[in-house]
Amino acid sequence: MTDRSTPLGRFWSEFRENRIALVALWVVVVISALAVLAPLYAPQDPYDIGKLVLTDARRPPGHVGVGGYTYWLGTDAQGRDLLSAILYGLRISVQIGIAAGAIAFAVGGTMGAVAAFLGGRTEILIMRFVDMQLSFPAILLALVLSAVLGQGKWQLIAALVAAQYAYFARTAHGAASAERAKEYIEAALSTPLSSRAVVFRHLLPNCMPPLIVVATVQVANSIALEATLSFLGLGLPVTEPSLGMLIANGFQYMLSGRYWISIYPGVALIVLILAINLVGDQIRDQLNPRLKR
Amino acid sequence: MLGFLIQRILQAVVVMLAISALVFVGVFAVGNPIDVLISPDVTQQIRLDTIARYGFDQPLWKQYLAFLDRLVRADFGRSFVFNMPVLDLILSRLPATLELTLAAVLGATLLGVPLGMYAGYKPDSLVSKAIMGLSILGFSVPTFWIGLILILVFAVNLGWLPAGGRGATVPILGVEWSFLTAEGLKHLLLPALTLSLFRLALMIRLARAGMREAILSDYVKFARAQGLSEGKVIGGHVLKNISIPIVTVFGLEFGATLAFAVVTETIFSWPGLGKLIIDSIQSLDRPVMVAYLMLVAFLFIMINFLVDIAYAALDPRLRTGRA
Amino acid sequence: MSAPVPKSPVLEVRGLKTHFFTRGGVVKAVDGVDFSVARGRVLGLVGESGSGKTVTGLSLIGLIDPPGRVVEGSVRLGGQELIGLAPDALRRVRGRRIAMIFQDPMMTLNPVLKVGTQLSMALRAHEAVSADAVRRRSTAALGRVGLPSPEACLDAYPHQLSGGMRQRVAIAIAMLHRPDVIVADEPTTALDVSIQGQILHEMQSLAAETGVALVWITHDLAVVSSLAHDIAVMYAGRIVEYGAADEVLSAPRHPYTRGLLESVPGEAAPGSELLQIPGSIPALVDLPPGCAFRARCRRADGSCETMPEIVADGAGRTLRCHHPLEAA
Repeated sequence: MTDRSTPLGRFWSEFRENRIALVALWVVVVISALAVLAPLYAPQDPYDIGKLVLTDARRPPGHVGVGGYTYWLGTDAQGRDLLSAILYGLRISVQIGIAAGAIAFAVGGTMGAVAAFLGGRTEILIMRFVDMQLSFPAILLALVLSAVLGQGKWQLIAALVAAQYAYFARTAHGAASAERAKEYIEAALSTPLSSRAVVFRHLLPNCMPPLIVVATVQVANSIALEATLSFLGLGLPVTEPSLGMLIANGFQYMLSGRYWISIYPGVALIVLILAINLVGDQIRDQLNPRLKR
Repeated sequence: MLGFLIQRILQAVVVMLAISALVFVGVFAVGNPIDVLISPDVTQQIRLDTIARYGFDQPLWKQYLAFLDRLVRADFGRSFVFNMPVLDLILSRLPATLELTLAAVLGATLLGVPLGMYAGYKPDSLVSKAIMGLSILGFSVPTFWIGLILILVFAVNLGWLPAGGRGATVPILGVEWSFLTAEGLKHLLLPALTLSLFRLALMIRLARAGMREAILSDYVKFARAQGLSEGKVIGGHVLKNISIPIVTVFGLEFGATLAFAVVTETIFSWPGLGKLIIDSIQSLDRPVMVAYLMLVAFLFIMINFLVDIAYAALDPRLRTGRA
Repeated sequence: MSAPVPKSPVLEVRGLKTHFFTRGGVVKAVDGVDFSVARGRVLGLVGESGSGKTVTGLSLIGLIDPPGRVVEGSVRLGGQELIGLAPDALRRVRGRRIAMIFQDPMMTLNPVLKVGTQLSMALRAHEAVSADAVRRRSTAALGRVGLPSPEACLDAYPHQLSGGMRQRVAIAIAMLHRPDVIVADEPTTALDVSIQGQILHEMQSLAAETGVALVWITHDLAVVSSLAHDIAVMYAGRIVEYGAADEVLSAPRHPYTRGLLESVPGEAAPGSELLQIPGSIPALVDLPPGCAFRARCRRADGSCETMPEIVADGAGRTLRCHHPLEAA
């Protein structure tokens, strides 16, 4: 399993030495798999309003419902099985986190690398814009954008990308500027390769390590931001309850002691974000040469 | 120094212009503002009159110039919802947000820096690992969730602290403040704690990284070789060095926290700007949104400006470089 | 074990071993080192990078960080044993009775504190001094090391001074409490050759005037030849040759010392080919038994697979070699 002769093999064998990070990686993999496959095995389809039984609303965990089905984590105000709702909610979180992270990665990474490669006025223009945006809080941008764009999965992803691409651009620019100065890029440029080939085949791949660290952090951030926006009622439509919305809806019942509607979706959300951050932390420590003894 | 100041002020003006353009395009040009202003069943004549009155029949660049002109005269219009001048509305809500933000950032720094320094000083100790666990938790748990749990525990179950509102306030220089009364402090505690946890995590990391770097440096080795006690090495040498990134982040985070107060204020019904902007977004109260965004942008630019000056004051290498 | 120093030594090191307990194994950076220095004398501790000379210096003032620690041996300063001393007692000795200066003057002074502040902290580490006295003594200390305008220097930040001036400030800090011993870890390596000469000259006269004993750590034989009274040549954590400087330099008896001398450009005749010692210093983890130099040594044979003891040759020199070169 571990081949110490390749860089990736060495990386993996060093990664495995941190037990917490290894467990976190498994948690991420298992949650992602459970979330993506949710429609195949989840006991209830929480989006199908017709199947919800209102007499089963706000039941505590373990309650046996009208249909004889046990609600292991209780039900919400509409009589949704919380376990199913959480699995579907995680599915949305993972989808949005990965989609927003990947698009922001592609857009920001390319912008940063291209800016560093071209230099001159283009570089100054792009990076000034990025810096300006970085000095502005991402949450406000996402807030205003999702208000302006309206509710919906793709609108939300667009808002998240707009809020987060700048981190990738800054990182890619930093790494690419350092790489740009190195001789192999000069060497590649003196061959008949097109500039585009040099940027994508030589420059970007060498900027990957720091970008991957930013990517893990930003996927976790996207998930948290999506939950926050949904909690504020600005994210997804009510017909597709995400974890943030489940928590928001349960908030009013929490004060009367029906804690489970808010608590369980929150726990699922935190475990996912925490696990991603732990994995990201380990990757960052491993890639940071200054921490090496 | 003067040249540096002028350069920075010019930069700030350019950035403000760029932001005003973005806000204008984002909030005014996307969607049709006229639909929000008047009900759909008025006569065509009233509709056209309204369009003309607000200048929506003008070309976009003229509308933008008119918008800029109003901005310069600090005329943000009237709120559709509250039916009062937006500027007054915002100024009346600003102190509550500033108070909350300041309490959160100050608390996070005063607590996070010592914790982080300890974690960097003894990275392998159990306490340090616990501190770092706290920090990664602070990064991972969304703000709104912390707020909910704190309300559940301290307001619902224990009943020690109020779940929302601002409590009694005391006016100073015509502005109401909560932190001067015991009741106000009680109201402030939970929201400030909620808002500060992420900053706490950040400060811990920053101080830890600075400490770890400093502890391996030659100047620390030399200070120890002089026979300075560890307290003096840390307090006299290291603290001054790591205060440079900390002051920077303190300033920048102050702005980010101001923005993040949106969530906290919503949960705790804290009558500040954040709650106002969420309500305005939901009711599409555009003048308030625009004014809020411009104000936050202005605050951000001011903060960046002050941070740069503080940075130059702390780091002698920069000061002479620019003078 | 005869020390080639006639007077009673102020610093006496016996059997010093400093090991680093790393994940990859135990690194025996210093593995049995003996030497001594008398007042006003200069000992040159010479070796390549990785020979253990810096670790030896840090061990003397008790500044070995984990995972390293002094596992054995004795360091006596004016008769007082420093190894095993409580941390706070050791701190009171550091800077007051034994001081250290480091290689890179860009790094050893704190960049964000004024020179005066750093002097004041160093002074107050061991004495309660009034602000006036701090200023007076700091100015005097800076003047003593040949800084042209000491008053102005106090209010300067390190980056406003040149490398040579910075190193002078470091020396002034080290001299503040008139210590018995200063350990100098390559303090001139990072400087221009002309500045290097000035600083060496000043250190020499300071040592003569104040009676401070110097342990001068360097890889540069040219520096040692002009400065040191005695020389200890280190290789792989051990001293391999130790004696009076002029004798060791003119007639080296250990093959390694000779190799070092032959590779110094100035020592060879102009136009003649420079010689080099083949190979490099071995890794100090799991060092095989026997003489650590044998893989690079032309004279090595089967007997070198056992570690040679360090022996006195009767003429004031000690050696660790089965096949020493002939005495002159």
